[in-house]
Amino acid sequence: MFCSKKKSLEVERIVKANDREYNEKFQYADNRIHTSKYNILTFLPINLFEQFQRVANAYFLFLLILQLIPEISSLTWFTTIVPLVLVITMTAVKDATDDYFRHKSDNQVNNRLSEVLIDSKLQNEKWMNVKVGDVIKLENNQFVAADLLLLSSSEPHGLCYIETAELDGETNLKVRHALSVTSELGADFSRLAKFDGPDTKLMQNSGKTKFKRTSIDKLLNTLVLWIFGFLVCLGIILAIGNSIWENQVGDQFRTFLFWNEREKNSVFSGFLTFWSYIIILNTVVPISLYVSMEVIRLGHSYFINWDRKMYYSGKSTPAEARTTTLNEELGQIEYVFSDKTGTLTQNIMTFKKCSINGKIYGEVPEGMGQKTDIPKKNEPMDFSVNLQADRTFQFFDHRLMESVKLGDSKVYEFLRLLALCHTVMSEENSAGQLIYQVQSPDEGALVTAARNFGFIFKSRTPDTITVEELGTLVTYQLLAFLDFNNIRKRMSVIVRNPEGQIKLYSKGADTILFEKLHPSNEDLLTLTTDHLSEFAGEGLRTLAIAYRDLDDKYFKEWHKMLEDANTLKDERDERIAGLYEEIERDLMLLGATAVEDKLQEGVTETIASLSLANIKIWVLTGDKQETAINIGYACNMLTDDMNDVFIVAGNTAVEVREELRKAKENLFGQNRSSSNGHVVFEKQQLELDSVVEETITGDYALIINGHSLAHALESDVKNDLLELACMCKTVVCCRVTPLQKAQVVELVRNYRNAVTLAIGDGANDVSMIKSAHIGVGISGQEGLQAVLASDYSFAQFRYLQRLLLVHGRWSYFRMCKFLGYFFYKNFAFTLVHFWFGFFCGFSAQTVYDQWFITLFNIVYTSLPVLAMGIFDQDVSDQNSMDYPQLYKPGQLNLLFNKRQFFICMAHGIYTSLALFFIPYGAFYNVAGEDGQHIADYQSFAVTMATSLVIVVSVQIALDTSYWTVINHVFIWGSIATYFSILFTMHSNGIFGIFPNQFPFVGNVRHSLTQKCIWLVILLTTVASVVPVVIVRFLKMDLCPTLSDQIRQRQKAQKKARPLRSRRPQTRRSSSRRSGYAFAHQEGYGELITSGKNMRAKNPPLTSGLEKTLYNSTSWIENFCKKTTDTVSCFSQDKTVKL
Amino acid sequence: MAMNYNAKDEVDGGPQCPPGGPAKNRRPDNTAFKQQRLPAWQPILTAGTVLPTFFIIGLIFIPIGIGIFVTSNNIREIEIDYTGTDPSSPCNKCLSPNATPCYCTINFTLEQSFEGNVFMYYGLSNFYQNHRRYVKSRDDSQLNGDSSALLNPSKECEPYRRNEDKPIAPCGAIANSMFNDTLELFLVGNESYPTPIPLKKKGIAWWTDKNVKFRNPSGGESLKERFKGTTKPVNWVKPVYMLDSEPDNNGFINEDFIVWMRTAALPTFRKLYRLIERKSDLHPTLPAGRYYLNITYNYPVHSFDGRKRMILSTISWMGGKNPFLGIAYIAIGSISFLLGVVLLVINHKYRNSSNTADITI
Repeated sequence: MFCSKKKSLEVERIVKANDREYNEKFQYADNRIHTSKYNILTFLPINLFEQFQRVANAYFLFLLILQLIPEISSLTWFTTIVPLVLVITMTAVKDATDDYFRHKSDNQVNNRLSEVLIDSKLQNEKWMNVKVGDVIKLENNQFVAADLLLLSSSEPHGLCYIETAELDGETNLKVRHALSVTSELGADFSRLAKFDGPDTKLMQNSGKTKFKRTSIDKLLNTLVLWIFGFLVCLGIILAIGNSIWENQVGDQFRTFLFWNEREKNSVFSGFLTFWSYIIILNTVVPISLYVSMEVIRLGHSYFINWDRKMYYSGKSTPAEARTTTLNEELGQIEYVFSDKTGTLTQNIMTFKKCSINGKIYGEVPEGMGQKTDIPKKNEPMDFSVNLQADRTFQFFDHRLMESVKLGDSKVYEFLRLLALCHTVMSEENSAGQLIYQVQSPDEGALVTAARNFGFIFKSRTPDTITVEELGTLVTYQLLAFLDFNNIRKRMSVIVRNPEGQIKLYSKGADTILFEKLHPSNEDLLTLTTDHLSEFAGEGLRTLAIAYRDLDDKYFKEWHKMLEDANTLKDERDERIAGLYEEIERDLMLLGATAVEDKLQEGVTETIASLSLANIKIWVLTGDKQETAINIGYACNMLTDDMNDVFIVAGNTAVEVREELRKAKENLFGQNRSSSNGHVVFEKQQLELDSVVEETITGDYALIINGHSLAHALESDVKNDLLELACMCKTVVCCRVTPLQKAQVVELVRNYRNAVTLAIGDGANDVSMIKSAHIGVGISGQEGLQAVLASDYSFAQFRYLQRLLLVHGRWSYFRMCKFLGYFFYKNFAFTLVHFWFGFFCGFSAQTVYDQWFITLFNIVYTSLPVLAMGIFDQDVSDQNSMDYPQLYKPGQLNLLFNKRQFFICMAHGIYTSLALFFIPYGAFYNVAGEDGQHIADYQSFAVTMATSLVIVVSVQIALDTSYWTVINHVFIWGSIATYFSILFTMHSNGIFGIFPNQFPFVGNVRHSLTQKCIWLVILLTTVASVVPVVIVRFLKMDLCPTLSDQIRQRQKAQKKARPLRSRRPQTRRSSSRRSGYAFAHQEGYGELITSGKNMRAKNPPLTSGLEKTLYNSTSWIENFCKKTTDTVSCFSQDKTVKL
Repeated sequence: MAMNYNAKDEVDGGPQCPPGGPAKNRRPDNTAFKQQRLPAWQPILTAGTVLPTFFIIGLIFIPIGIGIFVTSNNIREIEIDYTGTDPSSPCNKCLSPNATPCYCTINFTLEQSFEGNVFMYYGLSNFYQNHRRYVKSRDDSQLNGDSSALLNPSKECEPYRRNEDKPIAPCGAIANSMFNDTLELFLVGNESYPTPIPLKKKGIAWWTDKNVKFRNPSGGESLKERFKGTTKPVNWVKPVYMLDSEPDNNGFINEDFIVWMRTAALPTFRKLYRLIERKSDLHPTLPAGRYYLNITYNYPVHSFDGRKRMILSTISWMGGKNPFLGIAYIAIGSISFLLGVVLLVINHKYRNSSNTADITI
């Protein structure tokens, strides 16, 4: 058997089934899956190589090499190597752990068992040992870990149903046909392995995910560059200083200070000094910055994983931060792009209400005060009397059942219509329960409703429909099926009941159907319209229901015409449509149904809260416009209070452009639109936008469909679209392809410079999840693709609120504080060397002990700032949720930006000045209490180092707004550690062992026992901190931010916090709006009338192995059971050309 | 697209069979740490805490500053520049390099008597003892008496590491440039002949330096033998084992040497030279009167515009004369007090009553 496939590189692949020796000739890849990067031997070299590819690490390596040059070396080698080794070890450990888990999951997949035909026997074989060309037997519900070719299956026609959830996230079953030649061969799922291991489609498509960076990261890169520039400037200043000094002073000082042969030239000396200072001052960007950021983000990620309030017990799914590098970006989101189905909605339709003959049924018990007369209003109806009822169906209005019992004919007709006019297929499962296979969930809801009220749709054949009407089986003859399509927006069936009456039952959009009504319906029409508006106002999906009695003769004529039309070659569709129009008139209105596309829990509140946080939510859905709009209303994104809702639905570029122009005119008024040509430069455009944005009052919404979007995304209209869309409070894009979703995200991302978040659950959201700054996947569903592509995942849309407003906000807040402090600390620490340079002949002499420089960033000051970066909270999580406005500073980038950086820098410079010049003044002529000199270099160094540690500790104490035990331990612990290490390193013992490394022996004992040293330290600390306290206090006192106010209030009301319900439920005014929405697709009517999708009662036996399982009820069940134990009758000598 | 419409499945979440085996309870632990609910102290800068702090700082700092200032002013200190750059100076003759040894005498008068222990310092200006190349040019192992380092000093000492193929002890630029002027002090009393003031040369170095950091090499009977195989620093007149006659103040543990080796932080510095101990409670250590200073002028500073000074000073509870610290304390204390007042006024006048009012959003 040969199997060939066109591939770009590999033109064809020749495989002989079940012939391993033959196939081995081609050296196809084996089926082992490798996602791991290292093994034990290669780990060290590969990992180190990778790590030194990072700029920061390479830079520090470069510094290390510089330090080895004795003329330049201003620091001992260990000051750089200790942090570098620490950082590299930490990263290596992290990489190793990651890789260990990859190994584990690889092994899990590789070791799954499959049944392979080897030596004419089925043998269990691990998937990793499956070879190209093997014949594999698969049973129901087995995992498939290779690309396979279906040879035959136990289903008729060689069909098999596969789930591709792990590939594309779609949970529905897809049909695959076996090749007709091979399908006859066996009754089992026998498949041929085609591509293995790394060649599988999944592995080939899995591609590297784009590396995402946060805007803070980008800002940081810029800042680090600036700092390098600054560093170079300082280096140049000091190098010039050195040249001058060597020339003016050093030249004469030669008596005591030798000159190296090579350094005789003062310019060359300046050059060497430059590098020496680069080494000393490199601590402005310490290597620990990046590591600390990673640690903080990791901590935040764990907090997300640990959050019980984001744990969904329904599916026992906790939230998961799948990326640990993006957390603070969550605090800066401006645009949220959401999928609809499965994200905003549960994809469950429930029959909520109906209006039958002018009477409304099914009021929701809560919130409807006037209906108090309903007995037991809060209890759902008990359908247990009806044995066939669907247990999960809930309905709260008992009056409908009473009407059924009373025998209201209109109600009967209504329910009968629901049971007849649909495309549902019925089956019975093994327990004898009726199961409906539905094509659109709306229909499922309607048919199920009818079922529970006693009109049970039992079964159908191509020409009959059997319904159990209140216990009696009635079979209707299906005379015609007038299928649904998007233009008609309705569907009808024409049936003949056992009494011989012909009836047309129709359901469809109210707008369409109401035009077709018989004039006598006028009264009922007004009433029903009111009801429909009410339904629409509640965001329910409505359908109008009507029927028509047809007389036999008329129908026959019509049917004849229909048959004639069907045979026509041209204009067939038009003719048929005309005929449909013709018969669907003079309808008698029965009422209307209202189906709820069930929103996920808390969606409305979440959206409201996010809008208050100034986050714009765009819905991108593949659904139809009506459905999308409906959901928009259901979750309060669209309201009737909106000034205008622009709908762009043009089919050509010109139309779209015109529609956009009109919308803009409407928005800005005439004067602006004329000035706004398409050639305006983007920059100007954006400026204009910001001006205009403020002048626009009122809420607008934009609804655009996929076709229009395709045109609107073209370059010249793009800006108009963007401008318009960003002006609108709500944007809904419907019928968009996955690619378009990504394009829309890219558009906003690139042209608005805004931080975007995309949330979705399905494979069609993957592209958008990948292209947004942050991708969120709804987990706990069957499909994994969206989750796999996402950065964060959780089970319910409502957790987005907590993710952004609490975790995101905190992460951003903490990261900004961390960065601010970190830069401050290192400027204060490092710039002292700069000032000292002016007093030591620009010789690159360090101010501090070498050990202090080594340990300052990694031991003395790392933990307090980490604790702040991980644990700090300005306001509690509850307040973060209650005041979504707190989110705005993140969007505006207020907490850490270039300005803030300069403030930190200025603060650091000020502190370094205080740190240097106060001891300088004090040491100028100082003598100790015992008269001995203390103005020596070592005492100076210790004084300054101690002052620095105390000043930065006080500063972090001021910065920390949430002092947990950990903060206390770290801050006090750091100071204690500093002193204990100081004492150790200045002790006699350690000097005795390494006299050259610890020359500071005895310094603490002599210096830190002097009162005046402590007076200097106290003075330095107060002088460094006082200005900060003043500025902060004045800010807090005179113009407190919202966060400050809430903090004060939080403190005041720590004990008794009043519970406030913040969001007033906006009751929509019930202006006329059609709530019609229907997730139905064209073409199913034909399938039904032709009977193609129905299982034949007596299937032709394709092989003797077929067992008589067809009496079993469910066709889905069938294929599950029918994997027989017999081996397929493949034999090696059978050769088939494929 | 066929969909299995069975609401029951949806509610139950369908057949749950995660690949990893049976689902364990994945609900996160309800601990204060994991839920970020750790009890915490949340300080806020309020008028109630900030203003008193400023006043307290002011109230503490101003008295301290005044105390330091007064104490510092009560310290007797006299500084005599004997560099000899001024042509009228007696030491002017010593500026020419060929006049060695050169002796000069400087007269001065103490207006007030110096009570208690008096400390005699020498001060150098424009001397970069903190230059990197200078600072590192020493071998602490050698100075600690390590015998291998004695004969094979650290490379850091270059170019003062070896001389004439012998290792230099002590090696390095610091040792090489040791201050070697000799200062003697005489009181010109009413009597015709001057009284020499007894100058104590021991007890001027830190205890740890003298006993821990600096040690003579072990071995040999005499100090000279212990330093066998080494040579003196280039600039030195005598080898290291002839710095002093007393054995506990000779070699590496010579206190003048130790003091010199403790490099200064700034280019202008003082180093303790001698102690003048108080004789009795009745007589001042240095009574007011005329004195003269005998200088053996060896140390050249003129070439780099250096200055040499002799300083006599008493000390107080907080050390030597130091006007800066007192003034700085008074200044910062006053500023902080003033700021307290200013902030109080601002707080009263301009603060919007946001603390009590409802939060405006």
